[in-house]
Amino acid sequence: MLNIKALTILMRELEDQLAACMRCGMCQAVCPLFSETGLEADVARGKLALLDGLLQEMFKDPQGVYQRLNKCLLCGSCAANCPSGVSVLEIFIKARAILTGFMGLSPAKKVILRGMLSRPEIFDRMVEWGAKFQKIFTKPASELIGTSCARLVSPLLQDRHFRPLAPVPFHRIIPSLNTDKGHSGLKVLFYVGCLIDKFFPQVAQDVIDVLNYHEVGIFMPQKQGCCGIPAISSGDLKTFNRLVRHHLNIFDAEKFDYLVTACATCTSTIKEIWPMMAAKDSDSIQSRVVEIAQKTLDISQFLVSKIGLRKSVIEDIDTAVEVTFHDPCHLKKSLGVAAEPRALINANPGYRLKEMPEADRCCGLGGSFNLHYYELSSKIGKLKRYNIKASGSSVVATGCPACMLQISDMLSQFDDKIVVKHPIEIYRELIKINGTHT
Amino acid sequence: MINPALLKEFQTILGPQNVLTDQADLLTYSYDAAVLKAVVPALALRPVNSKALSRVVRLCNENKLPLTVRGAGTNLSGGTIPLRGGVVVLTNALNNILEINAEDMYAIVQPGVVTAKLAAAVEAKGLFYPPDPGSQAVSTLGGNVAENAGGLRGLKYGVTRDYVMGLQFFDVNGETIKTGSKTVKCATGYNLAGLLVGSEGTLGVFNEITLKLIPRPAHQKAMFAVFDDIDKASETVAAIIASRIVPATLEFMDNFTIRAVEAFSRAGLPVDAAALLLIEVDGHPAQVEEDACKVESLCRKNGATSIRVAKDAAERDKVWAARRSALSALAKLKPTVVLEDATVPRSKIPAMVRGIQNISRKYDIPIGTFGHAGDGNLHPTILTDRRDKKEWERVEAAIEAIFDKALSMGGTLSGEHGTGIAKSCFLEKETSTATIFYSRSIKAALDPNNILNPGKIIGHLKA
Repeated sequence: MLNIKALTILMRELEDQLAACMRCGMCQAVCPLFSETGLEADVARGKLALLDGLLQEMFKDPQGVYQRLNKCLLCGSCAANCPSGVSVLEIFIKARAILTGFMGLSPAKKVILRGMLSRPEIFDRMVEWGAKFQKIFTKPASELIGTSCARLVSPLLQDRHFRPLAPVPFHRIIPSLNTDKGHSGLKVLFYVGCLIDKFFPQVAQDVIDVLNYHEVGIFMPQKQGCCGIPAISSGDLKTFNRLVRHHLNIFDAEKFDYLVTACATCTSTIKEIWPMMAAKDSDSIQSRVVEIAQKTLDISQFLVSKIGLRKSVIEDIDTAVEVTFHDPCHLKKSLGVAAEPRALINANPGYRLKEMPEADRCCGLGGSFNLHYYELSSKIGKLKRYNIKASGSSVVATGCPACMLQISDMLSQFDDKIVVKHPIEIYRELIKINGTHT
Repeated sequence: MINPALLKEFQTILGPQNVLTDQADLLTYSYDAAVLKAVVPALALRPVNSKALSRVVRLCNENKLPLTVRGAGTNLSGGTIPLRGGVVVLTNALNNILEINAEDMYAIVQPGVVTAKLAAAVEAKGLFYPPDPGSQAVSTLGGNVAENAGGLRGLKYGVTRDYVMGLQFFDVNGETIKTGSKTVKCATGYNLAGLLVGSEGTLGVFNEITLKLIPRPAHQKAMFAVFDDIDKASETVAAIIASRIVPATLEFMDNFTIRAVEAFSRAGLPVDAAALLLIEVDGHPAQVEEDACKVESLCRKNGATSIRVAKDAAERDKVWAARRSALSALAKLKPTVVLEDATVPRSKIPAMVRGIQNISRKYDIPIGTFGHAGDGNLHPTILTDRRDKKEWERVEAAIEAIFDKALSMGGTLSGEHGTGIAKSCFLEKETSTATIFYSRSIKAALDPNNILNPGKIIGHLKA
């Protein structure tokens, strides 16, 4: 029998934040999950009421609340639109940590999070093995988008059209870098992030090329791991803390002005969740985390606000490719970054930006949400695909590799001839054009 | 507890996925947006078609199970709290717009259609559905009709009641009752729609709603006027009405609200102003220009220190964004927000505003006042923390004082939020003992087992 009193005491740290919800229900208007299911337990107001219920000892067993709390994309649409300014994501993430600590991590998650993710070198090795063997189980689905699907009926892959792991991850191509500041007078720590390292090494290469072009010094330490978001969103505080400490140590080796990433999720994790969860850490860890968080910027934000984008040497092109942009939740809703990635696209005259309807509507991936609720995740993803189609563009750009994976899956399933790119790729192409014209 | 055989029957009718029995799911249907005690239902049902809805109603009656219909659960008087337990019936799967008829200017909707979605759909056809309650982005039309919801445009365009042309609903036996018509005129039978609008689910369960649509006004002009004295602002409201101008919206904001909005949105509002009026006139362009001029001069004559007229759509949007953020801005100041809607005849607005200020001082409770001054419907918004028991007692006393003040001026307890649980014990004050008995007789005749949202509206009598 679980000691619910003990849990209530742990939950008390959230009491004041929970009290801020006035139950107005406005979150229903923006929650991508609620718009599919219509269930109150799926929307923020319902989940906040459930947590409040735990606090009021209305449950003998917290399992039902725990399950519903985890059925969430953590997209932050509710928080961004909350009239009362409830810190929904902070409450959810902290509650997941409390409940997971109280109820224990599932055995599968233990293996994945504690056994693999928390040890960057082991994780890299496992994924490389996966990259070698994936062709045996999968077959190409869309050449243009670069997706694959299962060869046989697979309970794990289901109907997914997934981007396969890159044959060679980025850290094998360039294991580390430490270059001097050039004309820009700035040096950045480039944090690659797992998905870019393992699925989209080209994006990392483009970041490096662009930084070199702008003569920005690059510090890219070895042994980078995961930012910790899969761990903390599963409530695994232990793995999360281990990863944060690991990175603090490797970041310490060099001085840098900014930390940049090309992954919206990594940026928002380091900038928002690291300091949020460090409140209970020692003063020295806390101050290091806060210092790094303050320096952390999305690559587009860095280029636009700290460097200034390179102007094109050629004028508008008649044959410009139409491109639409999807706002990753972790960029727009978490960090308020929406104009900067568009500026990167607009800088390249070879592209013409054409907005899709509801560009900032969640793509439905939500990290492990996609693994647990693939059907719902795809329903939400299909709406995104519909909006991308409605824009009539032949390219969709987005600043988060996780969104890139989800959008690739959705477009590929409908055999859409639409290419998925990161805005930095488009900006990198401009530099190439400029290079051939100067 | 629901007996297993009945539960099985519900599952057969609705499909097992639409029958919610888990304690965690049920807890999420125990509250609405009113600051009241939550009550957890025994069961929540989500019918996906009319037939299932009718059978659910009949089964509940046969088994004497209380039944509370819930749309978005945004109402502010406790109308959707299942006070006597029983079953909560969710309408949000009945969310089809069945018809928008541009020639005859009406729409037929299922009860779970979201207000803003209908508004957008009719706008796309050049038509207009004016009722715009604050929760319109999520509220359902079934809920709007059941609560007789209002909004910012009440002054010129009226409230939900003024747009209900007809209803098709289920009685307690699940039988179909039809009232009203798609025609502009309809003089057949009792005006049952008149009875059902605002009945908060106590007399029947809506299945289809026929709503009146009107042509979209061709032109709008918005402005805001700044006052250094709250009396001057409220007297301007009275002056505008007295000069026979009917703005589409005529909204008021006191200094407390202005400061909260400005701190929240940095919209450039004058934080030292005692009060603001936000005014919009609409209609034929020539008429709009003329009315706007008249309104402007009336504001000046009554002592407005400055007036800003929105030059274009963007500026107009800014004016209304500021007004719409009033509740949000106030809500951020304290954990608990009690949004009242006591309403007075519009000429009494100056006295009511002063009355609310006195109550705020007397009970030492911060009250921000904003709202639909043009139709006499102010929103005194009390900021508190419900967990502070001492303060909460003062809040309850202040609420009662606001009600008394409104009634003393010939006003009403609720302009647009409904009676529900929150105001049922005050209803007798506004009406009479006989009114309550009369209403109870209607209720008893139509719902002999008292299963339809029991305990609401007419639940209380003075001891």
